[in-house]
Amino acid sequence: MRADIKIKVCMGPSGIATGGADVIEAFKNEINSIGKKAIIEERCSLHQVGCLGFCAKDVLVEVVVDGKKTIYEYVKPGMVSRIVKEHILEGNPVTEWIAGEEYYNFHKKQIKVVLSNCGEIDPEDINAYLAVGGYEAARMALTLMSPEEIVEVVKSSNLRGRGGAGFPTGLKWDLSLKIKSDVKYVICNGDEGDPGAFMDRSVMEGDPHSVIEGMIICAKAIGSHQGYIYVRAEYPLAVKRLQIAINQCYEAGLLGENILGTGFDFDLKIYQGAGAFVCGEATALMRSIEGKRGMPTPKLWRSAEKGLWEKPTVLNNVETFANIPRIILKGADWYSSLGTERSGGTKVFALTGKMKNAGLIEVPLGITLREIIYDIGGGIENGRAFKAVQTGGPSGGCIPAELLDIEVDYESLALVGSIMGSGGMVVLDETDCMVDIAKFFLEFTQAESCGKCIPCRVGTKRMLEILNRITVGNAKEGDIELLEELGQDIKVTSLCGLGLTAPNPVLSTIRYFRNEYEAHIKDKKCPAAVCKDLITFSILEEFCNGCGACKRACPADAIIGKRKKIHKIDPEPCIKCGTCFDVCKFNAIMKM
Amino acid sequence: MVTLTIDGKKVTVRKLSTVLDAARKLNIPIPTLCHHPELSPYGGCRLCIIEIKDLARPVTACTTFAREGMEVITTSPYLEKLRKTTLELLLSDHPNDCMVCERAGDCTLQELAYFYDIRENRFVGEKRPFIKKDENPFVERAMEKCILCGQCVRVCDEIQGVGAIDFAYRGLKTKICPPFEKDLDCEFCGQCVAVCPTGALTGKMWAQKGRQQDVRTVDTVCPYCGCGCNISLHVRRNEVIRVSSKEDTINEGWLCAKGRFGYEFIHNSDRLTKPLIRISPKEGFEFSSQSPSFNPPPGKGGNGGVRSSPLTPHNSRFKEVSWDEAFDYIAKRLKEIKDSYGPDSIGGLSSARCTNEENFLFQKFIRAVIGTNNVDHCARY
Repeated sequence: MRADIKIKVCMGPSGIATGGADVIEAFKNEINSIGKKAIIEERCSLHQVGCLGFCAKDVLVEVVVDGKKTIYEYVKPGMVSRIVKEHILEGNPVTEWIAGEEYYNFHKKQIKVVLSNCGEIDPEDINAYLAVGGYEAARMALTLMSPEEIVEVVKSSNLRGRGGAGFPTGLKWDLSLKIKSDVKYVICNGDEGDPGAFMDRSVMEGDPHSVIEGMIICAKAIGSHQGYIYVRAEYPLAVKRLQIAINQCYEAGLLGENILGTGFDFDLKIYQGAGAFVCGEATALMRSIEGKRGMPTPKLWRSAEKGLWEKPTVLNNVETFANIPRIILKGADWYSSLGTERSGGTKVFALTGKMKNAGLIEVPLGITLREIIYDIGGGIENGRAFKAVQTGGPSGGCIPAELLDIEVDYESLALVGSIMGSGGMVVLDETDCMVDIAKFFLEFTQAESCGKCIPCRVGTKRMLEILNRITVGNAKEGDIELLEELGQDIKVTSLCGLGLTAPNPVLSTIRYFRNEYEAHIKDKKCPAAVCKDLITFSILEEFCNGCGACKRACPADAIIGKRKKIHKIDPEPCIKCGTCFDVCKFNAIMKM
Repeated sequence: MVTLTIDGKKVTVRKLSTVLDAARKLNIPIPTLCHHPELSPYGGCRLCIIEIKDLARPVTACTTFAREGMEVITTSPYLEKLRKTTLELLLSDHPNDCMVCERAGDCTLQELAYFYDIRENRFVGEKRPFIKKDENPFVERAMEKCILCGQCVRVCDEIQGVGAIDFAYRGLKTKICPPFEKDLDCEFCGQCVAVCPTGALTGKMWAQKGRQQDVRTVDTVCPYCGCGCNISLHVRRNEVIRVSSKEDTINEGWLCAKGRFGYEFIHNSDRLTKPLIRISPKEGFEFSSQSPSFNPPPGKGGNGGVRSSPLTPHNSRFKEVSWDEAFDYIAKRLKEIKDSYGPDSIGGLSSARCTNEENFLFQKFIRAVIGTNNVDHCARY
């Protein structure tokens, strides 16, 4: 019997977390019991939101019957039998479970370049990649193009480094190409470490061959015969899939000696990082590959001149490399037309936070933040008010509502005190305290500082201590100014990108939300009611009906009151955990 | 060669010189804590920041190559403010116990704090704790004073080739330690001690022996091996309390464990300071001198480290004599032996603690005067 039924179940982290494995199991049992033949796949294995989109609606299941796609959202194992019975056997899709308008809106403004294969093809099968035109670009580059021509195409595509700094990729390759050396290296930076970022991870896990192909093209362009992919060991699936892809390439003659019979040699190895955030910095990453402590070294030379083992090196981000094959195939004009004048192409963002549709998106550069957050992200969940969006991870800043209409590109984000970064985007709503957010990011950078230079090692710690003072109500007048001054000095004197950008979350929140800082210091109040030391919980008598839910839930036995009588919170034992606030169905708990 | 302008003064330096090199050539002071001319550029202390025309942001002089036509400013109110902030940060994580610190008066950090007039600190906060360990007799590590300039790590790796220490941990917890934070167990050359700009690394044996200002330095040559390293003895009240070496010497300021820490013999109670003649207990011996036989005072052995005792077979007795008497006696006996048994019956052993010149003269004496090639020395002729 012809297998004309395909069932694709999302098995990304959120797919798994919401029970994807059980859903697959249920489908298998159900299909077996009715005796039909079907292909059941784990489709979006780990965050390939490119396809089934968005994690917020997991488990997403795509059912294809005779080529007709139907997508179900929020699938639970219990729903499977009805889907199989009505849809597969009787041909009537279960309409009430089909993904609604939101699902399609999520994809409307996106343009998939880097993510075009993610979720569409099996990342562990080179043939799947070859079937969608994979390694065609590498073949073109190796057989038809000179290094200069490749560099020229990349240059005119306006592609800029997707790791965050936005250095023009073509220029970087050009510098390296012009340096004469027998040994040159190509390195792919897969050490994605920003909290809330999973762009590179998705590409490495969902389409590893595109990264390898990009690296082969780069190797040809600069004349390198050895490449490294630096992946953090916390991404075991990415490491596994990349290794499978590399092995397949060696078997297929796409890596190793005499690639595709062209006489060009290129070897590729994976190097696993031990999880230091700072190893995402180019020089620290290279020291790490050399076996030294991952610590940034002064840039007396450009990496293009003396990088890894003092040899000319091109280091690009995963997403940058994944763009290359598409640029070579479709042309520089096509790519540059997607973006703005100064930054070509699309950018992948990891959209997280207080938004309805969290997930991984790819949008053309120049799109506004409003479009991303409201059109794609579907706005703020629970009807709350938008407060700020944090871009660029711990190196970036918070952008307030009044600046939502700025275009997303390297320059305009820098202008408002943030950065593009690698593509993390955390949306904050009115229940987020900006001082607390700044503290969270600074805690991260402080803990991840390599300790080499004084401003970063000690300076960020002192800033963090001031922020701590503010959030517990011990701050004094002048602390905001001290924070600003110290932050500005750190931004000038630090050695590497980590220190130079570490004060950004603090400085940008002071810039746009100074009143919140002042409220903490002068009024000893946290306007968003987040900072525990500055808030108190109390019960509003007019709303309390004495149900006792809060009393039962309180872990500190701080709530007193008889059943059906108004309850009270004893401030002494209260640990301000907020459990009562969450469990009360009558909005009788007040937090301020 | 490239020519650049620093603070309005023109200077020509070799290609691949750093701006810091060029400024030092002009004698323009730029504060540094992590820089060492013999070690690789580090760029960690951020004190040598300078402004270069047409560059948006200050850069560090130690990690910037001098380029033709570059216009550099090494000092301005803004730069000094940045330096002061960095120093304040550094001092906020420092014990600031200069009053009892071994390096007071000889400490780069202390000097900078003085010049930048840092009396109060805007930044107060957590400091790194350090639990003292180390059983070794040479290197004292007070790592709470460490400013993480990394000079010790680099000297150990780049000059000594040992790599006994490196950075560990991240953030404010960053520290320099041996692998797995074990006790220091290296060859104890003390190069790290020599380059440490603060009191974090000092010699255990020179603790509380005297600080820099009441010490006289005497330049001499190391008495150990044939390398002939130049050393400086730090002398206080006629006692050698420390040994160091200067950078502009044949050994570029580097020393080994023996040269740096092995100076105790100078004031050792076992050391011979006058000629003694050993008298065989059986035969006794006649001296031209009238003085009676001499027993060394207790503790003054001079017997290969074996204390003389009436009960041992080495029951020798020593007689203190003048140099003239000693030489006469040596000449007389050598002559007698040579006449009776021939020159090859004599052999000479010289000391590695003699200078090269002395050792040369000694072998010359044995070969030319005695007439034998039986001459040797622990570092070999």
